[in-house]
Parts: sequence; structure tokens; C-alpha cells
Amino acid sequence: MIEIRNLTKIFSGKHQEVTALRDVNLKIDKGDIFGIIGMSGAGKSTLLRCLCLLEQPTSGTVLLDGVDTAALTGKQKLETRRKMGVVFQGYNLLMQKTVYDNVAFPLTLCGTPKAVIAQKVASLLSLVGLSDKAQCYPSQLSGGQKQRVALARALATDPEVLYCDEPTSALDSLTTRSVLDLLENINRTLGVTIVIITHEISVVRRICNKVAVIDASRFVEWGDTSRVFDHPQTDITLQLLGYSAS
Amino acid sequence: MLALWNEFAPTLLDGLRDTLYMTGLATLFAYLAGMPLGILLVATDKGGIAENRFINSLFGWVINIGRSIPFVVLMLAVIPVTRLIAGKIIGPTAAVVPLFIAAAPFVARLVESSLAEVDSGVIEAARCMGATNRQIVSKVLLGESTPSLVRGLSITTITLIGYSAMAGALGAGGLGDIAVRYGLHRGRTDVMILTVLLLIVVVCVIQLFFDLLSAGIDRRNR
Repeated sequence: MIEIRNLTKIFSGKHQEVTALRDVNLKIDKGDIFGIIGMSGAGKSTLLRCLCLLEQPTSGTVLLDGVDTAALTGKQKLETRRKMGVVFQGYNLLMQKTVYDNVAFPLTLCGTPKAVIAQKVASLLSLVGLSDKAQCYPSQLSGGQKQRVALARALATDPEVLYCDEPTSALDSLTTRSVLDLLENINRTLGVTIVIITHEISVVRRICNKVAVIDASRFVEWGDTSRVFDHPQTDITLQLLGYSAS
Repeated sequence: MLALWNEFAPTLLDGLRDTLYMTGLATLFAYLAGMPLGILLVATDKGGIAENRFINSLFGWVINIGRSIPFVVLMLAVIPVTRLIAGKIIGPTAAVVPLFIAAAPFVARLVESSLAEVDSGVIEAARCMGATNRQIVSKVLLGESTPSLVRGLSITTITLIGYSAMAGALGAGGLGDIAVRYGLHRGRTDVMILTVLLLIVVVCVIQLFFDLLSAGIDRRNR
């Protein structure tokens, strides 16, 4: 469903060039919960930004259902964005709007009728367990609740794929667990493909059926989570798993 | 004091009316021009939603030039423009022209700084949801910065009351004019004090009103 081919991203600054991604290839199948794990600065956030069309690749392609998303412009780009949901580490909610309006936001952008929005928002809020918080403002919610709102918002346009950038890094372990359970539930019941960027091995272990390890701007290992974690082939995977490098 | 007030109340209230008329109208026009300018500055800034270095520095310079001219000088310098627009150069209506010219770049910078406070992550999130630039401006930038914009409005209004007093000294009428005519030319210190007191009350009331309004609509801390 998602295919990354020869993706390279170079940031050219005033004095030097930084290669964030170097000739990266990856295939993510429909229905996967795909973990992309790596240390800080490995290039995982850049990869996600290329996937959700926030960055333009320097070269290479990102195919979504066979369509090269990097080549899209104007209206097609906007419509493709509506086919994906994104959840950020910092929630990025509208602080001046209620929980209801936050979840409704992506729908109001594409002119959805009010009655349809009301129905959709109600079902999403019940999915994430926040039906009683519809009229609250984000500042009144805990971190875990905010991330649930962000999740409901990301799902509002019925996306085919959900990108999560360090979705639990700001949350405590108990809240992390409930958010991950929710993600798994969403994947199972709605059939949404989920891509999770993280530096936490426990997140991948808990819900990802596949994983790719990224280090120094390229993938060093990938495959079924159990295989990669049970038989790590590289130092970086060992380090992420908590073993000291051999 | 009461006797003094009774004697000068009609004059002072007339002056207050002129001051508020000048200030209000100039603030209105200044926002009509300054708001789009501020939005343009933020949008075309580095990392903005429609980055454009040329447009950004062009308007940045125009605003800087406008802001660097002291109001008294500006008022005299734009007399031909005032005559052209207002048809006269004396009176409160004429004063609206230089007040507007002075305030518009000021407002543009205030609006710019209010909008720049909006978390870039929220803008990116909206972009990911397929928001157009227009929607990002109207629903994210303006919506999220409303309390800050309201505080900017109070700064503008109060600054313009100060400017309008200068304009008053140069023939615009209003409370500044009363202070000059009675306080300075006729040596009526008591009237001067009364005028100053009235100005203090007006400014405090305006500040209080906008502070309460801003706090009332801000959903971040409750």
C-alpha cells in the first residue's frame, strides 16, 4: 500500500548539507502496524514528514496505492492529505477550540454538512472514550486524553493510513499502554494501516507486527517484529534492545 | 472640584467625544489595513505558509519606514494627503488620516507578533489535514491568536489616544486641544489636572475592558 523507493532527503543549509535520508526503500502492507525505530537524529522524523507530505523528497518516490505522492500538487495534494491521518508527539490541538471542534476540524475543512459532522464526531469520541469531554477545552485534559483527541481528529476523514510520530513519548507508562491498546483496536476494527515512529522498543514490541530499524539515514534491518527482535543482526538493534554493543 | 467639573463638563465631554471619535475611527481603519499586512508578513516570512522573501522584505521596509517617523512630524508631512482625503486639515475628521497612517504599520507589527505566537506544530497539523493556506489563516492563525489580538487592540487604542492628544495640539480638537487651550494658554492648571484625570480614567477603563475581554475568550488557562 505504501512503497518508498530510493528516497533521499538532503537539507542544504548555508554552510553544509545534511543528508537526513539516504536511498531508503521500504514497503508497508495494508493492515500493518508498522514500527519505524531508531535513535534521535537517525532520520525517522524526516521519513515521516516525507510520508505525510510535509517535506518534499530530494529524490526518490513515495507511492501511496501506486500514486507518487511527492509529485502531487494543488488540489490532488490536499485530497491525498485527507486520506491520511497524522498524530504528533505534542498533540498539536487547537487550544482555543473545544474537543468537539478539534475532532470536527478536518471535516469542516472539506465542507462536510453539520449533521454528518455531529454524527461522526460523536462516534469518534465514543471510540476514544471521551464522549463526556466534548465541550471541554484541551487545556482541561491530561496528556493521554489530549492524545486521544488527536487520534479521534486524525481518524475523522476515514483515512486509509494513520501516521504516528512518537505518539506516546510524552506520556507515562500506564497512559502509553492505553493509547497503544486504542491504536491496536483501531487497526483491528477499522482496518487502518498504522505507521508508528518511535525510539521506544516497548512500543514496537507491544503492537507492531513489522518493524524497520533506521540508523544513520538508512534502514539497517526490517521484517516481522518477532524475527528482527529475536535475531538482531546489527549493533544498533542490539543497542535499542538494551544490549551493549559487541 | 465639583464646581469646576460642573463648569467645564460640557467642554470636557465634547473633547472626550472628539478624542474617542478620532481614536475609534483611526483604530478601525488601521486594523482594516494593518491586519492584512500583518497576515502577509507572517505568511511570507521564512518558514511561513507562503514563504516569499521579496514580498516580506518589501513590506517589512515600508512598515519600518512608516514606524520610524515621529507622529508630530508625520502629521505635518502628510498634510497634503490629509487635505486630499478629508477635504480639510483642521478638526477631528482630518486628524483621522495621519492617525491612520501612523497606526497601520504599528498594527501590522502587533498582528504579526500575535500570529507568530501560534504553535508551528498546530499549523503543520492543519496542513496535514488538507487545509488550504486561506483556511490556515482564518481558522488556525486568527482563531488561535484571538486573545493576543485583543490585547494588541488595547495597545493600539491607548497609543492612539496619546497620538490624538498630539493631533489635538495641532488643531484636531479633543482632550489634547483642551489641555493646550486652557492649561497652557490660559494658565488654568485646574482644568489641566481635570483633563489629565479624565484621560487616566478613560485609558484605565479601556485597558480593563480589553483585559477582561481577552481573559474571557482565552481557553488556554481554565
